[in-house]
Amino acid sequence: MSGWKRKDLLGLEELSAEEIEFILTTTASFKEVSTREIKKVPALRGKTIGSLFFEPSTRTRTSFELAAKRLSADIVNFSPSASSLVKGETVLDTGENLEAMKMDCFIVRHSCAGVVDFLAKRLKASFINAGDGSHEHPTQGLLDIFTIKEKKGRIKGLKVTILGDIRHSRVARSNMWGLLKLGARVTLCGPPTLIPPGIESTGARVTYNLKEALKDADAVNVLRIQLERQKENYFPSPREYSRRYQINAETLRWAKPDVLIMHPGPMNRGLEISSEAAECRNSVILTQVENGVAVRMAVLYLLLVGK
Amino acid sequence: MEKIISRLAEEVGAKMDIENLALVGIRRRGVELAARLQNILQKKTAEIPLGILDITLYRDDLSAVAKQPVVRETQIQFDLDGKDILLVDDVLFTGRTIRAALSELVDFGRPRSIKLLVLVDRGHRELPIQPDFTGKFIPTEKNQSIEVRLEEVDGEDKILLIES
Repeated sequence: MSGWKRKDLLGLEELSAEEIEFILTTTASFKEVSTREIKKVPALRGKTIGSLFFEPSTRTRTSFELAAKRLSADIVNFSPSASSLVKGETVLDTGENLEAMKMDCFIVRHSCAGVVDFLAKRLKASFINAGDGSHEHPTQGLLDIFTIKEKKGRIKGLKVTILGDIRHSRVARSNMWGLLKLGARVTLCGPPTLIPPGIESTGARVTYNLKEALKDADAVNVLRIQLERQKENYFPSPREYSRRYQINAETLRWAKPDVLIMHPGPMNRGLEISSEAAECRNSVILTQVENGVAVRMAVLYLLLVGK
Repeated sequence: MEKIISRLAEEVGAKMDIENLALVGIRRRGVELAARLQNILQKKTAEIPLGILDITLYRDDLSAVAKQPVVRETQIQFDLDGKDILLVDDVLFTGRTIRAALSELVDFGRPRSIKLLVLVDRGHRELPIQPDFTGKFIPTEKNQSIEVRLEEVDGEDKILLIES
């Protein structure tokens, strides 16, 4: 592949395997920049990026901000609670106003699936989806896939298990699409209430049994149990969830000795993952965070250079 | 080409402090050239460090390029401070690549000196940059181009003048 053609990065479902591979290769080159003493290159000098997070985030927002700054772009944070949105302005009006200030790119997180897509179709700037509802979170998917590839040397033919609240997880969806396109075998595991019916049609396998999900897995991506949604009673109690689905020293015995343990954060220690498992030598949770900056630098570079 | 490279190595050996030397090749063919020089020079002295520079992120035309350049990794695993650096590239043309390489290098440290070696100087400089060691000066027209082929990359050693 000779270059990047798209204006936006909205999700991994719409990308080809070739496009995903191209981002991963570019990411490998950017990883080195963050290890330099002067962690800054002039590639995006003069570009302005707006970061619009309509939902709370620390990791993703900081990661994007660092990525932009390491490329010498200017990044402006926009916080919806202090904006005209609370005065009744529509999202599109907000976008148009910000674009009138000649911004080149927007990084958007919103609780509604499709909002980023809606804005991207109507505005000239590049858009990066930083999480829209339970739809997609492409840069998280990319950094997870990059981490697996970096540690295992390949994606094709690997068995990757995504565990937990698949229903509400945009991280699960982006991972699933990306991994399937690159030829991995994806297993989704969790309580039946947290797995959307019919998701097998994507090519992923579904099991409600943790032992079965961990057998032969090369990586297990442990999703956060979103306690704030627990009022809807998707499972009887956090304790019961832990007993059946927690990743800990005991359940890890069902997995291969070199299984990668991943978590997109923030972790609920003692709920979906034990502290012991999160900190053992199979855990690549902090490597994921490190790779997140490199992936976002690659994406910003690809979207903003040559346009 | 072998002759040119061994002559260049000889000149470098005579004019630079070999004990304090570090080579930095500019991707892509500058890297192979630097490795060849390293091979010859190391016969006379202890190990000479070799770094690889990808200047893409430092280009001055990134906002204007029509086709997006592919970024590759820079690998400089030694301390540049106090070293005498020999920057190596295959063709010197406008000087803009070297400008970018210099900007990138100084972000890695503060060498004692930086010198430039090129296999081919084809003229038409747009910046005040001149090589310290030149393999061959080939006068060209601006719309022609020079292609250096190397055994390691292209399967043969050859310098081609291409009419556009």
